[in-house]
Amino acid sequence: MKKILFTSAMAFLMFACGNNKKDDSSSGISIDGSSTVYPVTEAIAEEYRNEDPKVQVTIGVSGTGGGFQKFGRGDVDIANASRSIKEDEKAIAEENDINFIELEVAYDGLAVIAHPENDWLDCITVEELRTIWEPAAQGKIKRWNQIRSEWPDEEIHLYGPGVASGTFDYFTEAINGKSGSSRGDYTASEDDNVLVQGVAGDKYGLGFFGLAYYGENSEKLKLVGVDGGEGCVEPTSETVSNGSYAPLSRPLFVYVNSSSVKNNPKVIDFMEFYLEEVSSLLKDVGYVPLTEEEYKRERKKFADFVEQNKAEKAE
Amino acid sequence: MRKFKEVFIEKSLLTSALITILITVGIILVLSLEAVNFFREVSIIDFLTDSQWTPLFTDKHFGIMPLLSGTLLTSFIAIAFAVPIGLSISIYISEYAPRSFRKSIKPALELLAAVPTVVYGFFALTVVTPFLQSFIPGLSGFNSLSAGLVMGIMIIPFVSSLSEDALHAVPNSLREAAYGMGSTKLQNSFRVLVPAASSGIIVSVILAISRAIGETMIVAIAAGQQPRLTMDPTVPVETITAYIVQVSLGDVEHGSLEYRTIFAAGITLFIFTFLLNTFSYKIRKKFREKYE
Repeated sequence: MKKILFTSAMAFLMFACGNNKKDDSSSGISIDGSSTVYPVTEAIAEEYRNEDPKVQVTIGVSGTGGGFQKFGRGDVDIANASRSIKEDEKAIAEENDINFIELEVAYDGLAVIAHPENDWLDCITVEELRTIWEPAAQGKIKRWNQIRSEWPDEEIHLYGPGVASGTFDYFTEAINGKSGSSRGDYTASEDDNVLVQGVAGDKYGLGFFGLAYYGENSEKLKLVGVDGGEGCVEPTSETVSNGSYAPLSRPLFVYVNSSSVKNNPKVIDFMEFYLEEVSSLLKDVGYVPLTEEEYKRERKKFADFVEQNKAEKAE
Repeated sequence: MRKFKEVFIEKSLLTSALITILITVGIILVLSLEAVNFFREVSIIDFLTDSQWTPLFTDKHFGIMPLLSGTLLTSFIAIAFAVPIGLSISIYISEYAPRSFRKSIKPALELLAAVPTVVYGFFALTVVTPFLQSFIPGLSGFNSLSAGLVMGIMIIPFVSSLSEDALHAVPNSLREAAYGMGSTKLQNSFRVLVPAASSGIIVSVILAISRAIGETMIVAIAAGQQPRLTMDPTVPVETITAYIVQVSLGDVEHGSLEYRTIFAAGITLFIFTFLLNTFSYKIRKKFREKYE
């Protein structure tokens, strides 16, 4: 009796799984996850539409955690992530018999910016950034000399991304310890050009935004180094990509489901296209590419993963 | 047939008039319903007395004062700039300028009001602010001074055109009597005509104020987006209108408390301009045709 129950349960499970897979391959490629990685994947998907207009690529923005939840259930083919998968998320995926591969696609750096005539600020520590931006600073930290006593006795004018921005989540998590926790009395705009204008025209201004926007406006702005405990580091493509610009830089990932690779050749095609094209598209969306060797390594990693799954399928 | 035509025209005119009223009523209804929902969650006393406005952040405060002060500050600068200039222009055109010049200068002035406000906004941000920074050290890139001045330029025609009409409408007998008493042109203008036309001039100023308070693009672009309770014209502020723009463009969830803040801010703005318009209507009615 027990055995019959077990086999029927297994049969049911297999049937259910089989159904799922069929759905996946017929409905194109589904992606979900981090809003920070979204612009990269979105740019790739747009380009990919020119390559193969018949494949429907749908990209959701549930955040990295939300993306991994769906990924672990097998609901999506690819997960965008701005951090590595956590142990508990991994465990859920394994429970559901999902194998996956982690691929690094880009680095994201965040620049702290001041006015070019600002001659007192070359380097700021993470603690000082926290003093300025933590929620408790709201309405209290208003002058430069409240942060470091030798700084001028002038009002500090703060500029930063608004709450709808992924950069805001990232900065608040890295500096204040919790995503979304920040003071509210600063010039907040989702449009980074407004922030550039603001700091560029304000001697007592201080702001932060994606490194790409500094690159475009470097003659109007002054880049401030950040001291994360190991001396002052200025964000450059190099310090961002080797991780020494901490804590305001991080790698970005995509995760690919093995059963999607087995059953949907378009996913393989899409990911190959992704790793091939991503470095040339990154500048447009404002991130730092990996080195050419690293991309080669990631492409190799993915090719091996595909081979391995094909072999498994043939068995 | 003719009668039918008459009735048809009458009814369609009535409908047009009713449509404007209905739309106004609809706007008031939407504003107040959402605002009532807002005030269920936020006490009206906090709304009026709290000195911080940070509804989108962790430490939420719902004090309208910083936004209101931003609005009033920029409007005050605009009015302080536009009224003396507008009034001088109107006196010059009405009393001093030759008739042919008057004919060409008036439409030219009214062109100022026809420039799209987004153009004014970038004019303030990229021309006026750097110019002011050349002699005001410590002026921020976004500030109420530059936005206010440019807004003043925009409302000059409101003041000058309406005041000029009022001055022009003063009966000639008053002018003749003043000259007969031996007054100079200057005395005649400031001691006789301006007081005689004062109701029209006040109405023009009030209309200009309500235009300035409701102005959106210039302040959203040039005055900054930082709610701050201050009367310092050199630092970034945020006006009620700029806040509404900011939230409507962001991804605030519909129906949430954050979303409703724009209706609370909107109704505050509406009350202000409504009072000003009513006030100007009363003045116009009370003092009109005094000399005829």
